Amino acid sequence: MSKARQSTLRTSLVHVALIAYTLVALFPVFLTIINSFKSKQAIFGQPLRLPGPSTFSLIGYETVLKQGDFVTYFQNSTVVTVVSIFLVLLFGAMAAFALSEYRFRGNTLMGLYLAIGIMIPIRLGTVALLQGMVASGLVNTLTSLVLVYTAQGLPLAIFILSEFMRTVSDDLKNAGRIDGLSEYAIFFRLVLPLVRPAMATVAVFTMIPIWNDLWFPLILAPGESTKTVTLGAQLFIGQFVTNWNAVLAALSLAIFPVLVLYVIFSRQLIRGITSGAVK
Amino acid sequence: MTDLAPEQGEQASRRRPRRWHILVFLAPAVVIYTAVMILPLFETLRQSLFNVVDGERAFVGFANFATLFGDPRWASDFWNALGNNFVFFLIHMAVQNPIGIALAALLSLPGLRFAAFYRTAFFLPTLLSFVIVGFIWKLILSPIWGVAPWLLDLVGMKSLFAPWLGKPGSALIAVSLVSVWQFIGIPMMLIYAALLNIPEEVIEAAEIDGITGWGQFFKIKLPLVLPAIGIISILTFVGNFNAFDLVYTMQGALAGPDRATDILGTFLYRTFFGFQLQLGDPSMGATIATIMFLIILIGVCIYLFGIQRRIRRYQF
Repeated sequence: MSKARQSTLRTSLVHVALIAYTLVALFPVFLTIINSFKSKQAIFGQPLRLPGPSTFSLIGYETVLKQGDFVTYFQNSTVVTVVSIFLVLLFGAMAAFALSEYRFRGNTLMGLYLAIGIMIPIRLGTVALLQGMVASGLVNTLTSLVLVYTAQGLPLAIFILSEFMRTVSDDLKNAGRIDGLSEYAIFFRLVLPLVRPAMATVAVFTMIPIWNDLWFPLILAPGESTKTVTLGAQLFIGQFVTNWNAVLAALSLAIFPVLVLYVIFSRQLIRGITSGAVK
Repeated sequence: MTDLAPEQGEQASRRRPRRWHILVFLAPAVVIYTAVMILPLFETLRQSLFNVVDGERAFVGFANFATLFGDPRWASDFWNALGNNFVFFLIHMAVQNPIGIALAALLSLPGLRFAAFYRTAFFLPTLLSFVIVGFIWKLILSPIWGVAPWLLDLVGMKSLFAPWLGKPGSALIAVSLVSVWQFIGIPMMLIYAALLNIPEEVIEAAEIDGITGWGQFFKIKLPLVLPAIGIISILTFVGNFNAFDLVYTMQGALAGPDRATDILGTFLYRTFFGFQLQLGDPSMGATIATIMFLIILIGVCIYLFGIQRRIRRYQF
């Protein structure tokens, strides 16, 4: 009896601690979103109240949509992220297949060479990277960002995918070879469909840092037509720093796509991490 | 294309013609990786040995490093940024990782309800961009808005409130804690995964021996997840010594007040790119990037050869 009561007490204490941290994690986001729908007076007067009929206002969103070119920024971010993920997955899977499937001289060395990028951040090469982009006329193009993010995403993608490709059965591949499939057909038609779950995990891991990056858009593509959402929001907020309605609305708009993606992909992401995809 | 022989067997591989498909599979990744990542990295390291002398680029050996460490115009900024960066890292190690481990330990308790909800909530900040995180906290901590004093008032500590981001003594701690808030999901998830991987039998054996609760956590589970703790430590190290974005969004490129939040990333940005009246200096930028590279390299080597090898791994 007393033991049962003790364990109920323990469980509730655990929940109290977890709920407390949930509040810490979610409160700032919640606060931003509710205040973005309020009039300026209400933002300062009652920051913690939900917007009511007398305090509801969309003035912040109007300012953002009128002033900032967020549709373009959003398109830029989407193009850069989608193309980079596609290239990382395609090239990463191809290289992972070569490393895990074939025995050739320098295989281990090549694997190590490609793994350097997991630990050493690409940012440290920025000085020469910018000079190279200037020399090749790629500054202020989305191509420069795609190239950088592809290179940045490849090492981890190759590492994770080659671990998964080792688990694909040899019998299946050899059966394909006996049936006269080329090595390319074996890769694209037999192996790729089997590693789809791992590809999804890699896609999510690759996507987050690309979408959120501020450094490379700031340095390689700060032009008006190539700004990403992250950089656009940063500059917009910097300009409108005293217009709290606009700042809160811009922040809410920037949170929105992340929230939607997270709701869609959170199971994939969490399964990916907890299955030990990142070692 | 015509090569259909199985890959196994040394003799087969000697007779076989060149296997071009291996090259085709490897080439795109290796070319992009080498051209965009490895070559610029080494070119940057090389440029740290050059500088402009009398209007021409010349090899100067380690003179740039001597300037960075010793020249009064550079040295105080550099040592300040380096010191701040270590404080930034230590705060992460002392706050982020223990809280992350504690949350993971609670989440992994058997039969816990709503675990998926908590997990999702804890990980959300990690997905937000630095711009969002930086500004949200800037607003919350702002004395103009009054949310932070109001919250402190709830627990009766209103008198403790100060404009933390604006004071040199507390700004770095405040920014570090915001970064901790943002990234706590990563150690939590990795430790959580490691805790879930501990086999039932080990836990059952401990329970039979009467080891439960706290004792079980510290004596059984914690030693078993040490490799994961090693990984989160090195990830934190690399991430912290490469950080830039959060300080930039919260405190600007000058990393104010009075360089109190300046870390190597923001110092590199200002030096290389220039800011306001200061002109950009690629050579010194490359020098700072080289120092960051060496720090990260040393950290990774200590981890790989000093820590990872000594940690006892348990095979289940």
